Amino acid sequence: MITPAHFTALFDPRAVVVAGASTHPGKFGFVALHNILTCGYSGDVYATNRERAEVLGLQTLADLTELPDGAVDLVFVCTPASTNPELLRQAAAKGIKAAFIASAGYGESGDEGKQLQEELVELANELNILIVGPNGQGLVSTPSQLCAQIVAPYPPAGRIGIASQSGNFVSSFMNLSRQSGVGVSRAISVGNAAQVGVIDMLEFYADDPETAVGLVYLEGVANGREFANRLEAVCKRMPVVIVKGGASGSGAKAAASHTGSLATDDRVFDGMCRQVGAARAASIAEAFDIAAAFATLPRPAGPRLAIVTTVGGWGVLAADATASSSLELVDLPDDLRTTLDGLLPPRWSRNNPIDLAGGETKDTVPAVLDAVVGHPEIDATLVLGMGIQSNQGRLEREGPFYPDHGLERIVAFHDRQDSRYVDVALAASEASVKPVLIASELAIADPSNAAVAAVRAADRYCFPSAERAVRALHFMNEREQWLDSLTNESAQQI
Amino acid sequence: MSKTLSESESKSLLSAYGVPFLPEELVTASSKASSLAQRWGGPLALKLCGANIAHKSERGLVRLGVEGPEAVQQACQDLLDAARPEDEATGVLIAPMATGLREFIAGISVDPVFGPTVVFGLGGVLAEAIADVTVRLAPLRLYDAFDMLSSLRSQSLFGSFRGEGEVDRDALANLLLALSRASMEIDGVVSIDLNPVMIVDGRPVALDALVELDRSVVSQ
Repeated sequence: MITPAHFTALFDPRAVVVAGASTHPGKFGFVALHNILTCGYSGDVYATNRERAEVLGLQTLADLTELPDGAVDLVFVCTPASTNPELLRQAAAKGIKAAFIASAGYGESGDEGKQLQEELVELANELNILIVGPNGQGLVSTPSQLCAQIVAPYPPAGRIGIASQSGNFVSSFMNLSRQSGVGVSRAISVGNAAQVGVIDMLEFYADDPETAVGLVYLEGVANGREFANRLEAVCKRMPVVIVKGGASGSGAKAAASHTGSLATDDRVFDGMCRQVGAARAASIAEAFDIAAAFATLPRPAGPRLAIVTTVGGWGVLAADATASSSLELVDLPDDLRTTLDGLLPPRWSRNNPIDLAGGETKDTVPAVLDAVVGHPEIDATLVLGMGIQSNQGRLEREGPFYPDHGLERIVAFHDRQDSRYVDVALAASEASVKPVLIASELAIADPSNAAVAAVRAADRYCFPSAERAVRALHFMNEREQWLDSLTNESAQQI
Repeated sequence: MSKTLSESESKSLLSAYGVPFLPEELVTASSKASSLAQRWGGPLALKLCGANIAHKSERGLVRLGVEGPEAVQQACQDLLDAARPEDEATGVLIAPMATGLREFIAGISVDPVFGPTVVFGLGGVLAEAIADVTVRLAPLRLYDAFDMLSSLRSQSLFGSFRGEGEVDRDALANLLLALSRASMEIDGVVSIDLNPVMIVDGRPVALDALVELDRSVVSQ
């Protein structure tokens, strides 16, 4: 019987052993040990090697029987499939509760491998050991600074919990985490998912205080109905974002019916996600945007969006993106318009998007942001145009005239202004407990830009475009609508 | 193995769950058709009905807009005469002609991984090319039914459209809920097709129905 204690042993082990550590830097058994030793894990680390070779300065053991009793929680398995049953028995005898099996040669490699995999699960059940994999790439757990995996990178700590049927997409998500600074709590590649799969990980994350949102890459599920029921139970407790591979495959149904031919696999999966309250993303990048939004923003109380932009263009496209979302580009309330009239030059847009028309002075932007974000008829605010001053500053700083001609002073001023605007926007978000989203392509083009750096320093996500920010907020709003529908329908039943 | 119910069997089974159909009668003699024409007046639709009739339209087994007792009687007789033994014909279904510009398709399909699903989409001759379709797992909640309506891209069809009034969204959601209940409660449903579901005076009406059942379950 697999219990939460098994998952704690997996993600927050007191000590770890790498079985099959190798002296060859190209082998999994070397890389896994290297990564565990490198990323700050504070528990004891052991390794086994048939020749007891020293690996990365660590004296290895010949096998698991040489481990101290009851001290180690997790074994990371890089040994050949044929030797693993004996290894599991030795692990159980030492009190190890969880095994991550990176070894290949199982279900992915034909009938014989399938047989081996079934036997391995039976044995694990008998020994009461949690096994993840086989044929998986490993796991990351930032609360324990554990990087027990054979793919890069190690992400910053944060609140996104990743579970994936592909190790490479774990890597993709973690690269986006490193790039944006929005961190990860746990990440795991479930490999062949012999004993436990993605849904088991999500159930652990839903109760995990370190994790605020589940981020999933999925290719297929076996028992759809059970998966849907369990996913719904998870979504009631925690937002979940899913990217589904194989979405283009057509669902050739046996039924002769017309509707049967229309109910393709992809449409069924899509409808299931909407019903159980999961956000289905169209791409890895979109999935990360949505997960980052859930991980870092306060929940929106409703669909009413205000867009604040320092100059035209950006606001227009953001408004277009809003039109095809569940969000509402509100007409500006009269009192807010009056307030803004007092702050801005007459040429400002006087409607939403709130285009400051380049009329901002040192203190207008903070005053406008405070007024807009805090207004009771606005649920969320999208802020565009942050970073453009320091973008000009960068050109000046890198040019031949710097630091003379007053450039040093003005460049520093630009940087300060941008980080101040961001700080004000995010402080307004905190104070009002409303989402404020900052979007700029500088998030990717120049992560060192003062505005982008200020967003990162505040543990927020700088969205790479207005459209992507709107899309992420749309999914947050849809989740609120779904949660409301549950409350309303249970109220009706009483 | 599965078997299909005749149109009239399908309709009577589903109307018990609240799927809206036109008033119609199954007649076995053309004289009965003539008296129906007198009683109802206006143009009528006649279809040969049987458990085993495929390609109804292609074989000319559907007559639309037939008006007047004599013409109706003749059309009914023609359809009865056209029946082949393998059709397992049970009579001719006669209903008042329904007219409407907007057609949808709705039904039940059993997914190999997720089980029974409710399907709803844009109908009509271009339906497959446009493929504006949405699917949910049965059973539906009320929220799911309305979410299905909101999920179609062709939202403009639910408003006033070319002189026809707004669609009664509640009635359409109720139709989907009725299908969902039917899929849960009828043993051995393999598929259900309501094609088309026409919007008549703002409300949905299923003009045709086909229920396919798993024979092994049905025979028990």
